[in-house]
This record gives sequence, structure tokens and C-alpha cells, in this order.
Amino acid sequence: MALKESPSQTAGPYVHIGCVPNFCGISGIYDRDLGSDMITDQTEGARITITGTVIDGTGATLKDALVEIWQADSNGIYAAGDPRGPGDPHFSGWGRQAGDYETGEWIFTTIKPGAVPFPTGEMQAPHVTLWIVARGINLGLQTRMYFPDEDNSADPLLNRLEHQNRVPNLIAEQTDPASYRFDIHLQGPRETVFFDI
Amino acid sequence: MIGPLDNDLTLNHAADDASAIGPRILVFGRVLDESGHGVPGALIEIWQANAGGRYRHARERYIAPLDPNFGGCGRTITGEDGSYEFRTIRPGPYPWPNRANDWRPAHIHFSLFGSGFAQRLITQMYFEGDPLIALCPIVDAIPTAEGVETLTARLDMGATIPMDAQAYRFDIVLRGRRQTMFETRPEGM
Repeated sequence: MALKESPSQTAGPYVHIGCVPNFCGISGIYDRDLGSDMITDQTEGARITITGTVIDGTGATLKDALVEIWQADSNGIYAAGDPRGPGDPHFSGWGRQAGDYETGEWIFTTIKPGAVPFPTGEMQAPHVTLWIVARGINLGLQTRMYFPDEDNSADPLLNRLEHQNRVPNLIAEQTDPASYRFDIHLQGPRETVFFDI
Repeated sequence: MIGPLDNDLTLNHAADDASAIGPRILVFGRVLDESGHGVPGALIEIWQANAGGRYRHARERYIAPLDPNFGGCGRTITGEDGSYEFRTIRPGPYPWPNRANDWRPAHIHFSLFGSGFAQRLITQMYFEGDPLIALCPIVDAIPTAEGVETLTARLDMGATIPMDAQAYRFDIVLRGRRQTMFETRPEGM
């Protein structure tokens, strides 16, 4: 039986109710919002924050975006299903944050990921995968964030991008030793590269 | 991780001895991959307006009242065969500021995690027979009529609970399973 993937529909402006109810004031149903805590005191690796906003084609910051990230642990192992072995049991590998209602800014507190091999076997530079939904976007958008303090020159995915002039759009800004900023541009000259995986 | 009332929206925000106002329904079905196999262990999160078409959200401006016994969110994890079930109330349609007089058909938002990153999906479920479906520009963004049909839940009298709740069947198809290095599970720790 060959079926087609169900069509995607916009997450809409009230995505918070379903995905981060405590964030939007619906308390007492779930004890905490899924994805709000990626690390514990016992997680291995260097603590970092990743802060950003989602910006539309007119330069306006979206106030209702929801962002999820996936990443490897500090040794480059994914949390589950990684054939190379078990990951750090104290690291979730997945986080979810909503943009602030006023500023649109979201912040992830996580650890710096290790390098992970590409399916070809080439090593990729450390990176974080992001998934973005918001009102007005009919499809979840997927992209990657790389680190400016790593050598990204041999990354097999970056090197496969058709528009090499857009590679800098996937590299975060380091705002202090443990803090990175990554703004996502949906359109325009600094448009983020989105992947169809 | 999942609490006993997480998939019962009629009770999970209700006071003791109370329940949400509205037509009581079951929403049930299976999460399948493109080969037709059930996807076990998939996290499903849903959210919806109350029976009057009002969301519990700071930015909501519709004049319909909140129901103190209805929060509007639920979640569950699919069984071995990909099956799932929610108890809820049928949400009301509501007007939204788009063109002069646009109304959303009654709908429930669905967020799904399959077995991998490529399967992540957010979509909406509509109700069979709702005349607003054909008038909705958000529904119209779906490229094909067949696609709209797949997002339309069907009344299933055989699954109704007599003297309690009508049942709507809604199956969801996720992309084919790909064994990528992105694989992870949202449950994490």
C-alpha cells in the first residue's frame, strides 16, 4: 500500500496551547513543557546558549514562532537511534522554545555538540538542526546552525550548497564565549538556507 | 511522561465533578507511514478552540466566552499498531481577521513526531460535512482536493460510545521512514 504524506497545515498563532501550554498560561495539565529542559547538572559538555529571532521578508520579527532544535551530544552521538552507540543519558538532544510575545526572541540552553559523520562517512562540522513553525508558514522549515569558532571549511553539507554565498547565513554569531546568536530570515538578501530532507 | 488525563480534553482542565462544555467526541485513528505500516511510539500533541470557537490564549480576541473547564491541549503516544485516541469536545468554528468575513471551519491542530526528524509534521483535522471547509483559504492552501479529504475526519458510528460520545476517525500518514543520523526521540531524558 503506497500512501501519501498527510498535507502540512500552518501551526497558527495558538501553537503555544498545544506545544508549550505552561508558557502560555495553561498550567496544571502538563507538569512542564516538553523540550524546555535539554540538560541537567550531569550533562557532559560545554554549556552554551543559542538565542535568536525569526524575521520575515519585510524585516519584521515574528512574535508567534515556535522553534525546535535537534543536536548530537558533546561526543557527537544522537540521543536515540544512533547506530554508533548510546548517547549521553543526561542529554535530551531535543529542545523546544517559543518566541517571547513582545520581542520574538527565543533562547535555548544546551551544550556544544560534537562532530557527526555525514552519511558518506565524511565528518561534518558541529552543528544544530532547527525546525521552525509560525502563523503564515504552511510547512515546518528545517535549517542548520554552525558555529563561528569551529572549522566549517570541510563540512560536506555546506560544501554541497549550490549558493556558496549563502553559507555565512548558516553560521551563528558568537556574542560571548558561551553564547551564540542565530537569527532566521525567511526571505530577503540574508535568507536562511532551508533544507528539504 | 504522559499523564492519565493527557488525552482527555473533556477532563484535563476541568474542576472535580465537572467537564468541558460541548458535543462530546472521540477522535481516533492510526498514524501510518507511506507503506501503510503503523508508526508505534509516535508522540501526538493536539490543540483546539472550545465549543464556542474560543481559544485559551492571551492574543485571542473573539467575543465567544472561555469555558473554565476546558484548556484546549492534549497529547498521547501511539500504540504498537500506530493507533491513538483522544476524548474531547467538538470545537466551534470562529471568525478571523483575514478578508472581510472569513470563518475557520471547526478543526483540531495536530503535531506529530514519527521515528525520525524527517517525519515531523504539523497539520489540522477537519470534520466531515462542514460547509466552511470549502470556503476556507487555509484549507485552500492544500494543493489537491484529495489532500483536503485526507485531513477530513469521518463520523464512525460503529465507534461511538452510546449515550456518551460520537466518534471521528482520522488517520495520519507520515513520510517514509528514513534511517538518518538525525534520528532522535522527543522524549529524551
